Amino acid sequence: MWDYTATVKDHFLNPRNVGDIPDADAVGEVGSLACGDALKLYIKLDENKDRIVDAKFQTFGCASAIASSSALTEMLKGKTLDEALAISNQDIAEFLGGLPEEKMHCSVMGQEALEVAIAKYRGEPIPEHDSEHDHGHAYPDHEGTVVCKCFGITDTFLKKVIETNKLTTAEQVTHFTKAGGACGGCVPKIKELIAEVLGQALETARKKPEKLSNIKKMQMIQDVLEKDIRPLLWADGGDLELIDIDGSTVQVAFRKACAGCAASGNTAIMVQQKLREFVADDIVVEEVQG
Amino acid sequence: MKEIYLDNNATTKVDEAVFEEMRPYFTELYGNPSSMHFFGGQVQKKIDEARSRVAGLLGASPEEIIFTACGTESDNAAIRSALAVFPERRHVITSRVEHPAVLTPCRNLTQNGYRVTEIGVDAEGRLDMEALRAAVDEDTAIVSLMWANNETGVIFPVEEAAAIAKAKGALFHTDAVQAVGKIPINMAESSIDMLSLSGHKLHAPKGIGVLYLRKGTPYRPFMVGGHQEKSRRAGTENTAAIIALGKACELAGKNMDIENGQVKVFRDRLEKTLMEIVPKARINGGAAERLPNTTSIAFEFVEGEAILLLLSEFGICASSGSACTSGSLEPSHVLRAMGVPFTCAHGSIRFSLSRYTTEEHVDTVIMELPPIISRLRQMSPFGREFL
Repeated sequence: MWDYTATVKDHFLNPRNVGDIPDADAVGEVGSLACGDALKLYIKLDENKDRIVDAKFQTFGCASAIASSSALTEMLKGKTLDEALAISNQDIAEFLGGLPEEKMHCSVMGQEALEVAIAKYRGEPIPEHDSEHDHGHAYPDHEGTVVCKCFGITDTFLKKVIETNKLTTAEQVTHFTKAGGACGGCVPKIKELIAEVLGQALETARKKPEKLSNIKKMQMIQDVLEKDIRPLLWADGGDLELIDIDGSTVQVAFRKACAGCAASGNTAIMVQQKLREFVADDIVVEEVQG
Repeated sequence: MKEIYLDNNATTKVDEAVFEEMRPYFTELYGNPSSMHFFGGQVQKKIDEARSRVAGLLGASPEEIIFTACGTESDNAAIRSALAVFPERRHVITSRVEHPAVLTPCRNLTQNGYRVTEIGVDAEGRLDMEALRAAVDEDTAIVSLMWANNETGVIFPVEEAAAIAKAKGALFHTDAVQAVGKIPINMAESSIDMLSLSGHKLHAPKGIGVLYLRKGTPYRPFMVGGHQEKSRRAGTENTAAIIALGKACELAGKNMDIENGQVKVFRDRLEKTLMEIVPKARINGGAAERLPNTTSIAFEFVEGEAILLLLSEFGICASSGSACTSGSLEPSHVLRAMGVPFTCAHGSIRFSLSRYTTEEHVDTVIMELPPIISRLRQMSPFGREFL
């Protein structure tokens, strides 16, 4: 049995704002019967079209999907559209006192429906879904290509969820978006997206220092290996060990799935690129048996 | 809140008489049956009795009964043994709707270079016998097919399947965990080589299983060590649970008429009445031959976890083929193999009855479930025309 909070149970058993608004200003619909959950969100604005005076929902889904929808409608009332757009899926989960990680996709669905509703109201483009998968999740702001064919989820949407929720594993991405949860065919692509998002995050967060003492350089190399590179390898069942640092030459040995992997040469190049990016341009990575 | 327990395919209540039977073997009669002294020896006698009782329920001989720790162990042991006795045969056959205790070990074999064929089922969950006939060949080491499906209760023609397997020299194993105690089984008139059963599905405790091994069937043990179970399953006997299982099997034999009488009557009334009251509902596997205690009902436009949690508010315990209850994102592999549309699979609920199920239990479900479905459909953006 899921460990739902008292607030989740309350919003499931006594959902607020169930129903439709016939003269709604904005309506957002995401999900489908095939997906296992779907949400239709109705928003009514005041006379000046300034603030949300009413919000209602219709949801097909499990207890946490219903509770997330109920929570969202409560949170929306009294907000401007811009304030509403600032609501993140974490805010919805927080309002409920937390959700089991496997159920986080329910909070994401609420936020998605909200974005679709507001984009439609503002006349902003909503991308066409993959034609074969008309039950796909929409993502209003950007174009994107479908990564998860089972659930029709695009790379643009995934990258946003990875970034805002600081996700680091493919499993987490599945819990938050469902992507990769059916046939699993897109899991490698999801890992690439995680690496891409993490890479981007690092680039904006860090700048390479101008000149490094040897001791500082060694510390930074160790740091990048531990925090940035090894987690990427773990995602594919591999690992590496730092053997030695001699000036700018970094010796590593590959472990687990990386050991004996035909692509370990490429992995060594990737490690070198990362180290050059974050530490110093003259770093050379050597693969050794150790 | 008093539970209305309709989830007997998940596990069952330990019968009071079974519990009484096993009770002395913890603090009083705790001897090791392998010991030379009188204190262990008296336990050995009770284990012999239990073995005879289990054999009695199956129409088997006592020496064909190997006690294990659970149904999963029995399944794993049967499959591994077949591969060990036929090292030159590199093909395994099972079905798409097996329990994970069979499906997972079979699928793992593909990594070791085995060919694994999963036979499909039709829309009612019936095994594709033509596909089975076509799949069995001289390379097949074992065919493992369940006697009855845990989710739908659909019964497979295992005798016919065993004959097909044996015609090509393969061993035949059946996971009968859901069948034993619910429908009559007579191994004396069967050609099945190996059969798995699990104690906790027939009112014995959890942690005890049996592998039936036909006399003369070649066998390589999974657990090795001591000489217990004639060296076919090493490890000190779970004496209390074995004795409990013996009693449970004796009671199951006596209560077989109830399972196929009263239990079936209640099951039929439950599903028939719900079909009449609730629009857009269907019985998964309803046209197939089924266990008397199981019904899997698909309610369109609603999701199973939500139904279960609302039923739970009334103390009603059932289970679901929905994705959301398990943490996976796809509905049950059984319903998908049957081609049940996703729209129905997400809203499928299984009720599994037992001899403890009362008319009042069934009436409570008939009273409480339809409003729950309406309530969820009122909340749902789909199926609003069927409120």
